[in-house]
Amino acid sequence: MAVMAMAAALRGPGGRFRWRTQATAGGVRGSARGAAAGRQDYNLLVIGGGSGGLACAKEAAQLGMKVAVVDYVEPSPRGTRWGLGGTCVNVGCIPKKLIHQAALLGGMIRDAPHYGWDVAQPVLHDWRKMAEAVQNYVKSLNWGHRVQLQDRKVKYFNIKASFVNEHTICGVTKGGKEIEGALEYGITSDDIFWLKESPGKTLVVGASYVALECAGFLTGLGLDTTVMMRSIPLRGFDQQMSSLVTAYMASQGTRFLKHCTPSRVQKLPDGQLQVTWEDLTSGKENMGTFSTVLWAIGRIPETRSLNLENAGINTNPNSQKILVDAQEATSVPHIYAIGDVAEGRPELTPTAIMAGKLLARRLYGQSLDVMDYSNVPTTVFTPLEYGCVGLSEEEAMARHGEEHVEVYHAYYKPLEFTVAERDASQCYIKMVCLRKPPQLVLGLHFLGPNAGEVTQGFALGIKCGASYEQVMRTVGIHPTCAEEVAKLRISKRSGLDPTVTGC
Amino acid sequence: MVLDFVVPSPQGTSWGLGGTCVNVGCVPKKLMHQAALLGQALNDSRKFGWEYGQQVKHNWETMTEAIQNHISSLNWGHRLSLREKSVDYVNSYGEFVEHHRIKATNRKGQETSYTAAKFVIATGERPRYLGIQGDKEYCITSDDLFSLPYCPGKTLVVGASYVALECAGVLTGLGLDVTVMVRSVLLRGFDQEMAERVGSYMEQHGVKFLRKFIPVMVQQLEKGSPGKLKVVAKSTEGPETIEGVYNTVLLAIGRDSCTRKMGLDKIGVKINKKTGKIPVNDVEQTNVPYVYAVGDILEGKLELTPVAIQAGKLLARRLFGGCLEKCDYVNVPTTVFTPLEYGCCGLSEEKAIEMYKKENLEVYHTFFWPLEWTVAGRDNNTCYAKIICNKFDNYRVIGFHVLGPNAGEVTQGFAAAMKCGLTKQLLDDTIGIHPTCGEVFTTLEITKSSGLDITQKGC
Repeated sequence: MAVMAMAAALRGPGGRFRWRTQATAGGVRGSARGAAAGRQDYNLLVIGGGSGGLACAKEAAQLGMKVAVVDYVEPSPRGTRWGLGGTCVNVGCIPKKLIHQAALLGGMIRDAPHYGWDVAQPVLHDWRKMAEAVQNYVKSLNWGHRVQLQDRKVKYFNIKASFVNEHTICGVTKGGKEIEGALEYGITSDDIFWLKESPGKTLVVGASYVALECAGFLTGLGLDTTVMMRSIPLRGFDQQMSSLVTAYMASQGTRFLKHCTPSRVQKLPDGQLQVTWEDLTSGKENMGTFSTVLWAIGRIPETRSLNLENAGINTNPNSQKILVDAQEATSVPHIYAIGDVAEGRPELTPTAIMAGKLLARRLYGQSLDVMDYSNVPTTVFTPLEYGCVGLSEEEAMARHGEEHVEVYHAYYKPLEFTVAERDASQCYIKMVCLRKPPQLVLGLHFLGPNAGEVTQGFALGIKCGASYEQVMRTVGIHPTCAEEVAKLRISKRSGLDPTVTGC
Repeated sequence: MVLDFVVPSPQGTSWGLGGTCVNVGCVPKKLMHQAALLGQALNDSRKFGWEYGQQVKHNWETMTEAIQNHISSLNWGHRLSLREKSVDYVNSYGEFVEHHRIKATNRKGQETSYTAAKFVIATGERPRYLGIQGDKEYCITSDDLFSLPYCPGKTLVVGASYVALECAGVLTGLGLDVTVMVRSVLLRGFDQEMAERVGSYMEQHGVKFLRKFIPVMVQQLEKGSPGKLKVVAKSTEGPETIEGVYNTVLLAIGRDSCTRKMGLDKIGVKINKKTGKIPVNDVEQTNVPYVYAVGDILEGKLELTPVAIQAGKLLARRLFGGCLEKCDYVNVPTTVFTPLEYGCCGLSEEKAIEMYKKENLEVYHTFFWPLEWTVAGRDNNTCYAKIICNKFDNYRVIGFHVLGPNAGEVTQGFAAAMKCGLTKQLLDDTIGIHPTCGEVFTTLEITKSSGLDITQKGC
């Protein structure tokens, strides 16, 4: 199970902060700036060089502050490590989307003959070539970040902050049960993007977007992939949309083991992994053999290793996340927390970046702007992508009551799917609105190609307080998938067939 | 009743029910554009680890057959849908003979007469010809391209409209040798900075441009499918003439309204003598109260399918459904599906400056590098985003422009936001979806007025 870097800004009384660094044995990466001992004067110390931390540091430096960033990557149990930039750059958004693109390109290669391209099928994929290209790009970003910090005179230390302990990673389920072999033989998202060799036949354990995205691209690259889920997919997301996401994946060849939990992982003499699991529905035990087991059952913040109790910083005992207020302040004055490590925040790069920038501006730029965490759009980059903003149908019903909510929906077919003879059964759009005119849009859910691109602009619309009527007055761009959002006419309540017909 | 009749093109091309969009416009255009994009994807895919033989060839006939099959299904779908709603469909050419009466002539020349209380003219347009020697005999247009039974080969595209650029882009993407002959500017009426960037990308990707020339003669050198044509062209700036030999000459110099031969003069419907377009009021009514018009033939309105659809639906609801809603023609988004797509909504920079004056505007802009282009090795300072804000109306976004992949998908939502009064502050307050191209609009910082450099570095 992976852990995350946190970003914590520490500001000492009187506007300056002093800290002493100690080189820790067995953990320090070589760096000319790294093993600096002695006292330093900084206005701002940022622990964690990821999306939030770097944004905050750069913004503060731009406002004239003396800033230091301390970033350290504890190697994964498999020994994977990476450079400056945090999860997004190294083991998240960036490599994920690039490998997703590789998988999508596989689909395009299959479409090409329908459009007249003479490509002999099937076409094989070379993991190593892709991995090298992706890893090279990520490394260029690491370098880019270092240069940017240098340009802004932000000091970068590639060492652990002084109060870090050794931390353990274990394959712990929600119940706190340890799984034999999970740590030794499994990998996580920390490792998958850095594998030099193809993972082969893979079992992905988990139902998070990380699990589904990884399973999705592995299938798309031609690998035999199985997803093992304890209960529902994409917890927290709209459940109708989530089931369409997994239905599409199943139609593309991903196997699903639903209501199952793993109990044991053993290594066989030939190097393959034997996984034993319990089927919660039947109570029976089953076994399967895989080349790789990928754990994607959730992420915990790297707060234990920071010994926050020593500083008096309060955390949520369940999630271990740091409790913050609307100003991103912790229970200790002058100590702030942003990004995935903060309790109750969306775990997204762009929110961390914006929170970091706004924090710096409030601390040093006389700004009063606080982050607005409502209506944050996001996209799950599964084989058929799912973009959403605002409330799920369930949340809308719970908040406003079924009688006060109107849901407009449509099954549509992307034009490009026609000639390619692709199945569009799960291409679906849903707009959740208040029933009362002008029918304020509460949430939009889009399942289809380029979901991120489609959703972004509509998120702006929702930010502007868009009503259903306003969206319907918007003329569509033809031919696109996005125009179908502006053409949603059938409500769930009417019971009419929501399939879009004709041009 | 719907009267639809397609007069065959000079090359003899005809098609079924559905109009330009379905048969010789949006639909086949986008499918061919997709074929061309797939060619590019095939190239990119090698960098992402996919392995296959070096030279991948394209078969024109396979593509057009597949596209025509899809179009046939749409023709059929429309006929079914009319039948289901008990609308009579008559495949005849309609002309007014007197008030409230038309004569309909079918393909065999048989005439029938029909009367009605109200009429809607939605006859659309057809490609214009140059009026030079050899144009109708030897040249093709977009009416012919999408069902051409043979690969067009080395092609000269005459024109600088979006039709010209989209077709040229497609043909180049499929591996053909393409030249575009342009009289003056590209994409007249569109933002000219964006138009030049569109053209520049096409040039970098193999499309040849002959600027400031017009053809004066087309001569057949060889018959065939395709044959060989000689084109003589004259410079618009001097006495220079040039010659070229092509397999195909595709004219895309504009479209003319089909309003001149339908007896509108007999019932006194006013049309613009020069353009053939019909002026209407804000409820799509002509100067003759029982005659309405929708679509490309309207004077002063946008020539887009969704606009026509919206106008048509609302017209019907107003006439027969007691509805009062009028078609909203403000901030209609559109996308040019050139090799690098250009999506826009609202005003061009020139129009904005004309309406509001430069000092009252703030233009934010940036290059951006789609993540998928990184590993593919494509340029990082090509895709471009620009918004034009009105300083005196809360920095309201009055123009939105994006040059990049999936421009249509990106632009659509922003068009809805502009309908809701999008401002720069709201853009800044909105979180981007990462990693996408669209998110670039939520982090725009550099203004044109600052003169700062917008070239890109990292994530």
